Amino acid sequence: MPQMFTPTPTLDATGPRTMTLNMGPQHPSTHGVLRLLLEIDGETIVRMMPDIGFLHTGIEKTCEAKFYQQAVPLTDRIDYLCPLTNNLCYVLAVERLLGLEIPPRAQWLRVMLNELTRIASHLVWLGSHAIDIGAMSVFLYCFREREDVMRIFEMVSGQRMMTSYFRIGGLALEPPLGMFDAVRKFVKRFPSRVDEYENLLTTNPIWMERTKKVAYLSPEDAVALGATGPTLRASGIDIDLRRDMPYTGYEKFKFKVPISHDGDVFARYMVRVQEMRQSNEIVRQTLEGVPEGPIKADAPKIVLPDREKMKTQMEALIYHFKIVTEGFPVPAGEVYQAVESPRGEMGYYVVSDGSPKPYRVHVRAPSFANLQALPTMCEGRLIADVVAAIGSIDIVLGEVDR
Amino acid sequence: MPLAPAITDLEQLKERPPLARLLGWDADAVEAAKFDRDELTIVVKRPAIRQACALLRDDPALQFNFLADITGVDWYPSEPRFEVVYHLLSIPRHQRLRLKVRLAGDDPSLESITSVWPSANFFEREVYDLFGVRFSGHPNLRRIMMPEDWDGHPLRKDYPVEGYR
Repeated sequence: MPQMFTPTPTLDATGPRTMTLNMGPQHPSTHGVLRLLLEIDGETIVRMMPDIGFLHTGIEKTCEAKFYQQAVPLTDRIDYLCPLTNNLCYVLAVERLLGLEIPPRAQWLRVMLNELTRIASHLVWLGSHAIDIGAMSVFLYCFREREDVMRIFEMVSGQRMMTSYFRIGGLALEPPLGMFDAVRKFVKRFPSRVDEYENLLTTNPIWMERTKKVAYLSPEDAVALGATGPTLRASGIDIDLRRDMPYTGYEKFKFKVPISHDGDVFARYMVRVQEMRQSNEIVRQTLEGVPEGPIKADAPKIVLPDREKMKTQMEALIYHFKIVTEGFPVPAGEVYQAVESPRGEMGYYVVSDGSPKPYRVHVRAPSFANLQALPTMCEGRLIADVVAAIGSIDIVLGEVDR
Repeated sequence: MPLAPAITDLEQLKERPPLARLLGWDADAVEAAKFDRDELTIVVKRPAIRQACALLRDDPALQFNFLADITGVDWYPSEPRFEVVYHLLSIPRHQRLRLKVRLAGDDPSLESITSVWPSANFFEREVYDLFGVRFSGHPNLRRIMMPEDWDGHPLRKDYPVEGYR
């Protein structure tokens, strides 16, 4: 069990040999504003204490003051590297509260875009993780492909990052012409690009030296400390919510869940790289048979009407006015919806009291829980390994602090 | 799919394995139960929470070995004011369970479960920070999101959304 110490220790360290070192919140390898307090003996870490909260913006409190549909753009900002996964998790939770049925076309597009988000998020992780350890060029290669995914997001939603494309009851818009072609082109090219990254890293002796047997996490510790996602699977626990507790139609697609039993930084690297290939495979399968049909549920009191109908039909105009000005009431109850985000189990716990505003929205952020495993990985190791360890758990501070 | 009405009758639910296990251990520990939208919720009395968690984790037939989340809900001004909500996951059996503890507004405190799951550490600190619920036996119960010298607990319903000006 990791020990947590006072967040503001003084420099009169207890032993004659140890001193306290402040790493962050401006350190470039802490991926944002993470502050780590290290008690060190020479270059060996004796104790470690993560200090978080620098990015706390009170998103959960803000959600309570908004209508249900107005909270969707807020969820983009929680984990800004996978906005669509946040959208998906929130809208699934509200749809379960409402008991809404989502048309198959919307579900397929949700799966497709969600997997593209996973690829984009893993590409940022791979690039920044490699640059932390000293492999500069990988970053440039990764961002080349990420740009392609960002262009696809821009096509569907008009935004590169803060997409808000999934709405309660379906999707915001029908995807534009040419979007499927762009995805098809990307899917065809991407596996060879992953080969390129692997050529640069996987058998590179310096990379292996810096990552193998570094920041070991045993499967028992990983479960006890609440780690999820690739961090947990790299320690040998075989769980993926997409396969084991499917949502939004993932049961229709075939994919492998990569796991590793080594539990070190290299294992987490391999798991994520293979996940990118599997995600690409899922996107390829979704392309093959996107069903025709509506992209929004048939629920006029909840889903905004089409622009065209609004201008020609009286009822549509009334519904539009009602939804925008008064929101829609959601039956009282509570739901915990979990999805597999690129970082692990992302859960939205939404409580309704029957009014048009959520009574409580809580986000179970995977990075927040994964961060608790960091001291266990690093204590007794060298300072230089901390940089590799932070990169390997892939934290996003916007999500840790919310 | 229209919503099925929630089942809140303890008699109808007592066959469900997690609830049966808790009732078999101590029938007084269970305050209420609910099955709604495919999710089972068990409201546990305050003194029993740590042992209930340990029991559900160690039972070979249930194996709720993973603590997914802890959070709170403030039902101000009604009493009991606070709910502390635990989400458990069984990794081998792919099942979820929600435990709840209800707390009165004048004494929001309960036992920490960090001895059962070390991962409860950050989650309980967050609930303490944002709701002011105290966890006895927690190794480092300090604010985690807000600054050390902050007044008040922002997620309480009597705390204004814009903050105190």
